[in-house]
Amino acid sequence: MGRYVIRRLLQMIPVFVGSTFLIFVMVYALGDPVAALFGDRAPDPATAAQIRRDLYLDHPLWQQYTHYMAQIFQGNFGTAFTGQPVLQLMGSAWPLTIRLTIVAVIVEGVIGIILGIISGMRRGRSVDTGVLVLTLIVVSIPTFVSGYVLQFLFGVKWGVVNPSVSAAAPFNELILPGVVLALVSLAYVTRLTRTSIAENTRADYVRTAVAKGLPRRRVILRHLLRNSLIPVVTFIGTDVGALMGGAIVTERIFNIHGVGYQLYQGILRQNSPTVVGFVTILVIVFLVANLLVDLLYAVLDPRIRYA
Amino acid sequence: MPETTNSPVADQVPTPVEAVAAAAAPEQRDAPRSLWNDAWHDLRRKPVFYISSLLILFLIAISLWPSLITSTSPYACDLGKSQMGPANGHPFGFDTQGCDVYARTVYGARASVAVGIFTTLGATILGSVLGGLAGFYGGWWDAILSRISDIFFGIPILLGGVVFLSVIKGGSITTVVTFMVLLGWPQIARIARGAVITAKQQDYVQAARALGASSSRMLLRHIAPNALAPVIVVATIALGTYISLEATLSFLGVGLKPPTVSWGIDISQASTMIRNAPHMLLWPAGALSVTVLAFIMLGDAVRDALDPKLR
Repeated sequence: MGRYVIRRLLQMIPVFVGSTFLIFVMVYALGDPVAALFGDRAPDPATAAQIRRDLYLDHPLWQQYTHYMAQIFQGNFGTAFTGQPVLQLMGSAWPLTIRLTIVAVIVEGVIGIILGIISGMRRGRSVDTGVLVLTLIVVSIPTFVSGYVLQFLFGVKWGVVNPSVSAAAPFNELILPGVVLALVSLAYVTRLTRTSIAENTRADYVRTAVAKGLPRRRVILRHLLRNSLIPVVTFIGTDVGALMGGAIVTERIFNIHGVGYQLYQGILRQNSPTVVGFVTILVIVFLVANLLVDLLYAVLDPRIRYA
Repeated sequence: MPETTNSPVADQVPTPVEAVAAAAAPEQRDAPRSLWNDAWHDLRRKPVFYISSLLILFLIAISLWPSLITSTSPYACDLGKSQMGPANGHPFGFDTQGCDVYARTVYGARASVAVGIFTTLGATILGSVLGGLAGFYGGWWDAILSRISDIFFGIPILLGGVVFLSVIKGGSITTVVTFMVLLGWPQIARIARGAVITAKQQDYVQAARALGASSSRMLLRHIAPNALAPVIVVATIALGTYISLEATLSFLGVGLKPPTVSWGIDISQASTMIRNAPHMLLWPAGALSVTVLAFIMLGDAVRDALDPKLR
């Protein structure tokens, strides 16, 4: 196990370098952060040169990149063009997005798995068909559409919840945004659970368990579910990164000042240090989530052994 | 799915005889049914297949000739009618600029369908060629390609799209398609690589190799037809998600830009007025969702037909 973890960590390095370098090139080389600072006015050449020197932009690209990464690993994410340290922006943004993601993961995990079990156990019946049609429809509605429609219905028309989230963003205000963020993944979890359950209900070990006279509840919970949930857990794990990236839409709709919001503002204003800093962290989260999922495999499925 | 009972085993792994026969004489009537014939037979009996195909044909038709079902121009706007509800000849009402929402909804199909189809074509061709060759030849080419696709996988697709497109500032269909292909191909490449590796180890390919077939012959005649199924399944479902992604990017202001008529842009503009005039948002949003639904339904039906394991 230890050797496997080390090998995976080593494999993550080129991927991490590649992804962040790609983003770095896009933001710093193709865009012009200095021109962005000045908006529509043409910058004074001397001032522009001074800023370039301060931002380390007068060096070749690979040196800029290594300089930037060296700074990051010392905990210095640079200063946003608004004058705020990026680290400070992150400190206020990450807790919100993490809370939002937790709500979304709980929603998609709990509801998705329950719906998947119900339809998987009653395969081909009307409940199953209903759930399948429902998931198809949910997958087809883009997040920003369901976001606005649900916000309009629950927030404005029926007045059940606040249409936008307050600055503190406590958990109860994040329920609706969390549901919106989770909806598409929820449908995938449902379908995945359904397929997995339906495949495993015909497995030998389930027949044995039933033949032994075990109560139905125990057969489902201990035997069937444990084996069927492996692909589902994988999906949810890899989905965490996508959810955090997808929060860009949800946070905009519900006015949550989290990672997606800061990132979006950073992109609009060409605030390069903010964009590269946040994306770097997102890439790390994504890679670590994938690694954890692979390790979880071994815990869930004793047949898998990592040498 | 479960309701299909025809030849449940015969199509799973075609025997060499079947594969050769199917490849040599696909039209021959009494030949054993190949995976493709079987899938087609299966599809023809599915209402979902007909509903989604009709919807898609309709969408393609109005993308090519929007004037078929509307005579109003999406650019003929009258500020005096801003945000007004349905009127005679304008069933969906007007948007903030006073443009006819019905005309804009009809004309918006073109951008979505074009982006969806061209992105899928591009990503599928690029992904299956690169992934297929990596799976077939293995070695250093496979190692490099796998690492490259890992890098693209390390960036969540929406995030990558927003960052890339905001820098490029294109806004045309070509730019959006190019970047979505760039971000989408690794997904297809992975599937193609896996499928080719599986097919490569089958007995009929080993037999062909033993008979002295060249690499290109093995790839084109024996591996490609059998590795294509999973790629097509993923590509059809991806088509729907690409349309959804394009609308999301346009909604965020980094995808398509006016004067292109796009549902994403219209929804974004309507979103601030949802309290006063929800019709401006609901019609393009509904059209977008139905379009994505049509492609995902088709993908679902194709998957059920092509994946015998699910029966």
